Amino acid sequence: MNGATALPRRSFGETMRADIWWLQPLFVFLGLSTFIVYSTWAAFQGKNYFLGNYVSPFYSPELFGDSPHSWFGPRPGWWPYWLIFSPALFVLWAPAGFRVTCYYYRGAYYKAFWADPPACTVGEPRKSYWGERSFPLIMQNVHRYFLYLALFFLIVLSIDVWKALWFRDGFGIGVGTIVLAINVVLLGGYTFGCHSLRHLVGGFLDQFSRSPPCYRAYACVSCFNRRHMLWAWLSLFWVGFADLYVRLCAMGIWRDFRLV
Amino acid sequence: MSTATFKIWRGNSQNGEFRDYTTETAEGMVVLDAVIQIQATQARDLACRWNCKAGKCGSCSAEVNGMPKLMCMTRLSELPLEKPVTVEPMKAFPVIKDLVTDVSWNFRVKKKIKPFKPRPPDAPDGTWRMQQEDIDRVQEFRKCIECFLCQDVCHVLRDHQMYEKFIGPRFLIHVAALEMHPLDTQDRIEELRNTQGIGYCNITKCCTKVCPESIQITDNGIIPLKERVVDEFYDPLGWFWKGLKRLLNR
Repeated sequence: MNGATALPRRSFGETMRADIWWLQPLFVFLGLSTFIVYSTWAAFQGKNYFLGNYVSPFYSPELFGDSPHSWFGPRPGWWPYWLIFSPALFVLWAPAGFRVTCYYYRGAYYKAFWADPPACTVGEPRKSYWGERSFPLIMQNVHRYFLYLALFFLIVLSIDVWKALWFRDGFGIGVGTIVLAINVVLLGGYTFGCHSLRHLVGGFLDQFSRSPPCYRAYACVSCFNRRHMLWAWLSLFWVGFADLYVRLCAMGIWRDFRLV
Repeated sequence: MSTATFKIWRGNSQNGEFRDYTTETAEGMVVLDAVIQIQATQARDLACRWNCKAGKCGSCSAEVNGMPKLMCMTRLSELPLEKPVTVEPMKAFPVIKDLVTDVSWNFRVKKKIKPFKPRPPDAPDGTWRMQQEDIDRVQEFRKCIECFLCQDVCHVLRDHQMYEKFIGPRFLIHVAALEMHPLDTQDRIEELRNTQGIGYCNITKCCTKVCPESIQITDNGIIPLKERVVDEFYDPLGWFWKGLKRLLNR
């Protein structure tokens, strides 16, 4: 900056803020850490992920596996014998990539995990800064590709809810059906509010009036986008809970109640 | 009548310190009222820039209790007055005196941005036709009063001082207002990526938090611009799709 005097760099955590600025990044840190630990543990279990017509969203679509939900049969022969096998490992990278590259989560975990910055107007621990211009963070630009996968997963999980309506004795609704249905609704709210989707369905236009369907789609996605953070957290919590519900029922610790 | 203590930063670009001033407060007072009262009664040489006192001129930007705010829009009733209220100049810009900073860097940045270049007029009388839905989006960005609080809070400028590489949220919003304008024909995407440094923004949304006009700087301005940069530089599937469309339209 021409004619400027270099400002003294603040030390890590230094601020004049009088409020409890560290509370929000702490909650984000604890919330995301809990989910990462639980989902990693659950993904490597490779068992207790289905119960009759219910299948855990962490394991769906089940490409290879031993359950009746498997698309292409049991563990493939080419899978190295020394490597842990779990059907979740084939699929979980996609929704994980969608969340990791999500614009909301990026801002949240840069603050909570990387202190870049810890909170607004609070001093940072590092002098260097690359932003999202160079490797590795330039890879965040692949977000829209993960969005395409997330939309596919939404269809698969919707089919899982349909399957969860059909028990051995015919149509029915169990608590598990509702748990899986709420999961799809919350994931839908999160996915349909995605910033990349907002751009792709109409945000790229400068003249909405030339394409009314795009304008309507843009307005619809914008509506979800206004509460993107809320959808992100609700869907994160619920997808974890849905796995836990199916898992505890499959283990016989919880019993699934038939409502209809 | 109750009183409150204000710790006001006094000094210039070389050195300075906080000084305590205790002044009377009344219902409805804002921080700027208190600062002007202190200036009138206790510190006649206190430098403070202000103009409209209505949150529309963007002159009285400062940091109140560590957060960038317009002093004229910060009510004392919103602050914990049992403790001294700190009032400092914006930290992202060089101090001239006391609460007054040199924000001229911003105006130099603005001059470098490609100006508005409309398409040829739609009507013989030299006027254009626009639909409301086309202009709604950029009208939000036009609310900016150039208080530069968003520039002040942005850690890329404030902490990393990347003034030569990053234009800051205020000017990303300015570019968004031009780039998304239904009449504009300029292409600013390459500059956004290369010289204006949009990739330095890591979406902390601090700029949105401090905007006194409640402009959704990050969600409605910066992220849509980032997506346009992705269209142009990082999306091979998109390039293929656009190429295919061009081929089919021939």
